Formats: sequence, C-alpha cells, structure tokens
Amino acid sequence: MSSATAQRNSFAAVLWDYLTTVDHKKIGKLYLYGGGFFFLLGGLEAVIIRIQLIKPENDFISAGLYNEMITMHGTTMIFFAAMPILLGLMNAVMPLQIGARDVAFPFVNALGFWLFLFGGIMLNVSWLTGAAPDAGWTAYAPLSTTSPGHGVDYYVLGLQISGAGTLMGGINFLVTIVNMRAPGMTYMRMPLFSWTTFVISVLILFAFPALTVGLFLLMFDRMFDSAFFDVALGGNSIIWQHLFWIFGHPEVYILILPAFGIFSEIFATFSKKRLFGYTAMVFATILIAFLGFMVWAHHMFTVGMGPVANSIFAVATMAIAVPTGIKIFNWLLTLWGGNITINSAMLWSLAFIPSFTIGGMTGIMVATSVADYQYHDTYFVIAHFHYVIVGGVVFGILAACHYWWPLMFNRILNEKLGKWAFWLFFIGFHLTFFIQHFLGLMGMPRRYWVFLEDQGLDLGNFISTIGAFFMTAGVIVFLYNAFYSWFKQGPAPQDPWDGRTLEWAVESPTPYYNFKQLPLVRGLDALWLEKMEGNGKLAPAEPVGDIHMPNGSILPFLISLGFFIAGFGFIYQTTSDLAYILLYGGMGMALVCMLIRSLKDDHGYHITKEELEKEAR
Amino acid sequence: MSHDHSLNPETMPQHPEKATLEGKNKFLGLWFFLGGETVLFASLFGTYLALKNSTAGGPTTQELYGLELVFVMTMLLLTSSLTSVYAMYHMKNNDFKKMQLWLGITGLLGIGFLACEIYEFYHYIHEYGFTFRSSAFGSAFYTLVGFHGGHVLFGLCWLSAIMIRNAKRGLNLYNAPKFNTFSLYWHFIDVVWVFIFTVVYLMGKVA
Repeated sequence: MSSATAQRNSFAAVLWDYLTTVDHKKIGKLYLYGGGFFFLLGGLEAVIIRIQLIKPENDFISAGLYNEMITMHGTTMIFFAAMPILLGLMNAVMPLQIGARDVAFPFVNALGFWLFLFGGIMLNVSWLTGAAPDAGWTAYAPLSTTSPGHGVDYYVLGLQISGAGTLMGGINFLVTIVNMRAPGMTYMRMPLFSWTTFVISVLILFAFPALTVGLFLLMFDRMFDSAFFDVALGGNSIIWQHLFWIFGHPEVYILILPAFGIFSEIFATFSKKRLFGYTAMVFATILIAFLGFMVWAHHMFTVGMGPVANSIFAVATMAIAVPTGIKIFNWLLTLWGGNITINSAMLWSLAFIPSFTIGGMTGIMVATSVADYQYHDTYFVIAHFHYVIVGGVVFGILAACHYWWPLMFNRILNEKLGKWAFWLFFIGFHLTFFIQHFLGLMGMPRRYWVFLEDQGLDLGNFISTIGAFFMTAGVIVFLYNAFYSWFKQGPAPQDPWDGRTLEWAVESPTPYYNFKQLPLVRGLDALWLEKMEGNGKLAPAEPVGDIHMPNGSILPFLISLGFFIAGFGFIYQTTSDLAYILLYGGMGMALVCMLIRSLKDDHGYHITKEELEKEAR
Repeated sequence: MSHDHSLNPETMPQHPEKATLEGKNKFLGLWFFLGGETVLFASLFGTYLALKNSTAGGPTTQELYGLELVFVMTMLLLTSSLTSVYAMYHMKNNDFKKMQLWLGITGLLGIGFLACEIYEFYHYIHEYGFTFRSSAFGSAFYTLVGFHGGHVLFGLCWLSAIMIRNAKRGLNLYNAPKFNTFSLYWHFIDVVWVFIFTVVYLMGKVA
C-alpha cells in the first residue's frame, strides 16, 4: 500500500488520492485550499461593498445586489473561510502536537471536509441561479422567511450541510485528544494550540446543534409552510434570534480561541521562553468558553427583553474581559526579557495585541446595554467586530500560515514578501475600520447601500475604501508568496524555528504515519526540554513495530455529494415536482453510501516493521 | 493476522466493546455525539414551550392529548431500553444468540412504539384537523415529537443493519463496539422520550 502511493504521480492519480484521502495532513491542506478560496471570494465581496460606499449616493451596484453582497460576505467569511481554515490548521498540527498518528475517526474527518466544501459550493451556486441570499448573515425572521426567490433557501441548505461537517470535526478532535495523546502527554503538558482545539471542539459540540435546529425551523417555514415565525398563526420570530445567537456567540469564540492558541505558540517560540502563565492560560481559555455560552442575548439588547435580562447579559459579557485580559498580559510577559526574533509570523502576532485590545475595549462599550441602544446597527458595531475578527482571527491565521507553512508544505515563506504583505494589510486594516468607529458614532447605520452627501460621512467612507484596497494588495502579495515559495524556495529544513513542541520533532517532510515510534513526553514544551536537558531528540515510548493505518475511501465524497444533490431537491420542490427526483435521489445516494460504510468491514492495513526499517535506510 | 478479531469465548475480554482503540474511540465519540443531541433536543423543547399556547384557534393541548396511548408508548419504549441492557449483558458474556434475541425484542418494541406514534399523528390530523401547518403550536409539536420519532426510525434501521450483517459470523472485537454504541444511542432516545412524556403530554394535560 505504501509503495503504491509513492509511485502514483499523474494528475488523475493525485486527484484520486485527495478525493479518497483520510490522512489528517492532506485533509488539513484541503481545508486550507477550500477555505482560502472562499476567503478570496468573501474578500472580493467586501471590496465591492467598499467600492459602492466610496462616495455618497454611488450607483456602482443596485440596492438588491448590495444586500446580497453583505449577506454573502458575512456568511462566507465566518462559515466558509475563517472556520475551515482554522479547522485545517488544527487538522494539520494538532495530531502532531499531541504525538498521535492520526485523528480518532479518519473517515469522519474526510466526511467533515467534503460536507463543508459542498455546503460552501451550495451557498455560492445561488449567484448562478439568479438570487443570492439577501437577509443578512444573521437571517433574522421574518425578513428571511419572506425574502422572495430561492436565495435564503441556499443559505439554509448550505449552512445545514456544512454545519453537520463541522460538528463531526468537533467530535473527532475531542475523541482524538482524550484517547490518543502520546505516552506522557498529560493534559497540562499539551501545547496551547491543542488545548484551544480541545476547548473549541466542546464549543462546536454544544453550539452547532442550536443552529441546526434554527435552520430546520427556517427551512420548514420557507419550504414546508410551517408557522414557527409566522405571527399570523401564533409564531414568534424572536425564537430565531435566540437560537441563532445561542449558536452565534459561542461561534465567535470558536473562531478566536484557536487564534489565541496560535499566538501562544508563536510568542513562546520566538521569545525563546516558556509561555508565561501556562496554567492561567489554560484556565482562561476554559473560562472564556464557559462564559461564552452565557452571553448570547447581548446581541439582542434592543429587542425589548427588559432591563433585568439586559443587565444580566451585560454583566456576564463584561466578565469575559477578565480572562481575556489575563491572556493579553501573559503574552506581554512572555515577550518580556525574551530573546525575540521578529519575522513575519511574529509581526502578525505583535500587531494582534493592540488591534485586538481595541476590539476588546469597544466590546465592553457595546456590552453596556444602555449605551448599546446608540451603537446598535451602526458602523460602530461593524468596526468592533472587524477589529476582533480581522485583528484577532485573520491575523492569527496569517501568523499560523507563516509559522506552520514549513510543516504543512515543506517550504518557508519568503520573509521579504511576508513583511510586505503584513504592512500593506496592517495599514489597510486600520485605515478601513478605525474610521468606521466614528462613522458609527455619527449615526451611519449598517447595511444601507447609499449615504447622503455633506453629512460628515463622505471623507470617512472614502478613507475606509482606500484602506480596503491596501488590504487587497496585502492579500495578493501573500498569495504570490505562497506560489513563489513553492516554486523558488528549496525544501525547508526540519525544525526551522528551533521549535519547542512535538510537531517540530517529526522528520521533514512528515511521513504519512507521522511517528515511526510514538514519542515519550517528559514535560511541557517536550522538544525544548529534550534540547536543553537531553540529546535534542524525543525518546521513543515503544519499540519499532507494525503501524495500523486506515484505508482511504471515496465514500465521504459520495455521501456529501448525495446531500448536495438532495439540497437542490429541497429548494426546488416548492416550485417543481421534478425536484423530488433530486431530493429522493440525493438522499438515497447519501444513505446507501452510509449503509455501505456500515456493512463493509474496513480493518485498515498495517505498515510492517520490515517496511519501516527499509525506509529508514 | 490481526485482521481477524474473532475470539473464542475463553479469550474474549471482559469488555469487548472497549478492548480496541477503535472501540474506545467509538464509545467516547458516541457519548460526545449524545451531548450535541442534548442541545438539539433542548432547542426543540425551548421552541415548543414558547409556542405551545399559540394554537391560532385550533385545539389546545388539553383537548388534544390522550394519556392512555402515550402511556402505552412510554411502556413500550422504556421496556425496549431494558431489553437492550439484557442484550449488552449477553454481549459481555459472549453469548451471541441471546444478544441477537434481546436485540430483536428491542427492535420489535421500537416498531410498536413507532406504530403508536403514527396512529397518534393520524388521529390528530383526521379527528382534530391539527396539522404541521395549522398553527405555530402544530409546527412545534410535530417538529419536536417528529424529530424524536425520526431518531427511533433511524435507530431501528441501524439495529436491523448490524443484526443482519453480523447474523452469521457472531461477535468479534470489530463489531462489538457497533452493538454497544447502538445500545447507548437507544438509551438516549428513551431518555428524550421521558422528557417528551413529561413536558409535552403531562404538562400539556395539566396546564
């Protein structure tokens, strides 16, 4: 089996390999490609929004198209760019960090990826069929239930399909971390990125089902004439808001906590110091996750829940600033007195601290429920959440790309290009969003496709749009860097950053079985410990022996394709009976493939001890 | 080689469902999955509680529900949980035939439950004109109870698939975790029904 994979080289063979792979490293790359593609798409939508707002009463795009742009930008960036890229990084790095040969359920891992991809494609097919979703990324009822055409239907089905994939990913990471840590890798020796993976998997597990239910209710109302949000039949549209935010608030922590994990790794590595306050960092992460479930209604202060509910949710929200503050200070103290290297990964991380802190501070401002009546639905809120999501999550993703690129792609990204990308993006980011705080305070509402002349909004919007062009330039330079490093740079050495954690202890490029012998972990920062107190190599925890590997399978792809086809059936059965062919055909295909998976024994295969010894020579 | 996980009764480990890493992973993974399912049903319960009085002029919960049928359904499902425990007991004693027998009884009880539920829905629709579309209460009721019924149906399909697949080859370390995860899932479905019985039917009759 192993020799067969090495021989395949043609394009078709590589394609087939990726379609059937269950290897966490390849799935990680697939997530990165898919998420990266949607990131570019969402970015393009953002630029179109900003061009429309470059001057007063602009007519670059129509009002209807503008609504579609803002909806698709938000939905794409949250669900199909940020989430999958982070899941990709977790897939690529976490098993190596805890010393595992793969995740607990490699088949389910592949299924999760394909469901995400087909969900994202489903959503974007709406551009081609005439109407994209236009009810905002939050899809509030009754706007979403009464939106004409099939746009919102695509939103519902696209998110439902990809959401199922994300839930599987979360369960998979949880089981992997509980059951498959290397000998000696206790919980309190796990690198922070693995810890945050663990914690956000819990968040995914308990948050996504609320979205699943909300989407089902919306789907039933739109496609099967139920009355959940139909006030005429006793329905209640606030239920959607609750379900959406019970999911939606933990979701922002699902995005930011992995970024916190990434920065913790990078600060420690490039300061040549152990992470300051490791234990406090772990508990702050857990506390943020716990409190994250208690604050959803702060998105609904102006709904009219009453002063008591508003106050409780306001106080709970502000409480999150405490563990987050602990984290900020721990990062600063990790840097303090460290032997600091400043490279691209470190630049993104250093820029994160002030950017994110600004976002955190405006977070406290909007959490003040009384003042929020003023901020609500203005550009102040837009500025706030872009400071935390771009300044936190996107900076984190880009930092992680520079940091783990050698591990994932066996190349080091070019430093000069990396710094160009950083400065263009960093300056552009602050140009775009800082001014939006003031636009919001001056009363500019979000989601309006035009603004009037001479109301003090002209210059601010112009500056904001120029900033967006800088960010675009930064992304293009980064993209060029990715291709440049692939074609022009030589292979990366093993452990290029003088790393501290287990992922840098594996050979470069990483063998498909990860570890020939599972390592014995003797403490926190396992590799660094061996460098300082041992011979620089991890002691094996087992003799060389047969390694059990999972078989690849095309079934995850086919199952997802089945649900994808059935999605069109659900959408169009309202207007055409022919769509039932798609509905039953697609569901049948998915269910039969699941049955095959259940009935057909799949014991995997073994790499024998002899093969391993032969490869070593 | 190790592809053949069949073991004779003398060497079968005490917990065949958790003897391999795959088995342990499945066991834990299903528990986590049930955690997610809890939130799913909690959201449906919340929706139901918010909408149960929104009858839009249709029948109220007091007029609609009859506890006799629901009592029978509860007994059927609770008993099926017990029989699945017997099945797991025989699995641990490596007595494949008895395990299949008790699993079969579990499945029959499940089918009985589902038949009652289908009759109940039929009754509401034809006697009361109470449908999925007639009011927000109707939508919430059929969605909550229907999601549970759908879980029962899925469980029955799952059960028959693994029973038929393994009928001829007996128990081994590869399929023991599959039977065990089914049993866990089945208990969960039972627990959800206890809540539906209390929150939907009992509270609906009293309130």
